[in-house]
Amino acid sequence: MTDLAEHSQIVGWAIDATTVLTVLALIFSLVRLIKGPSLPDRVVSVDLITVLAVAIAGLLAVTHSEPHFLDIALALALVAFLATVAFAWYAERTTELLERDRRDSERVEEPDGS
Amino acid sequence: MAVEIPWWELLVAACLLAGGFFLFVAGLGILRLPDVLIRMHASTKAGTLGVGLVFGAAALYFRNTAETAIAGLTIVFLLVTAPVAAHAIARAAYRMNVRLSDRTHLDEWQGKYGNPRDS
Repeated sequence: MTDLAEHSQIVGWAIDATTVLTVLALIFSLVRLIKGPSLPDRVVSVDLITVLAVAIAGLLAVTHSEPHFLDIALALALVAFLATVAFAWYAERTTELLERDRRDSERVEEPDGS
Repeated sequence: MAVEIPWWELLVAACLLAGGFFLFVAGLGILRLPDVLIRMHASTKAGTLGVGLVFGAAALYFRNTAETAIAGLTIVFLLVTAPVAAHAIARAAYRMNVRLSDRTHLDEWQGKYGNPRDS
């Protein structure tokens, strides 16, 4: 895929530098995704990765002078929001259910113990 | 012979560089900061600013009504949804009793987060 648009030199440099910085940020958040100690750490990291994917789509639109990448970015932002909220809801709901189970089992055991 | 660079190309380059810088800062923050709530702070704010700058650069690059509208729509959408998503994750993280950084000074919910709605 070599149909890069004709850029002036300064825009070409800026695109190169921004691509490198964005990919570095992507690598950092992948490291956090792998070693994040808890589930919310990983959800935050996935959230940043999708935001970076949106940024890369916008960057590709400039690189290839192809406005359709902006539509992709908009759709990606929509899906990313839904995914993050769903993950958070799942994590919170799981904790709530675990807490309720624990309390119920304590309530059952109390009369026997006293 | 001085090469004449149009002003919008300078602006596009500056916005792209600033956006890339802030995205890099967001990645660095999510890698290096001590606990979930602080990491979220880096990824949400710096990340949104970085994406906003990249899309501003795209809008300036195309200088066209349709593309500017889509880029602006994306920026507005990110600005609306980033705080909501961050709030949801932060709530879930706190309720899951995630370990906070050792340097936390104030935790006003300490000890009373457990299901106030059931009691």
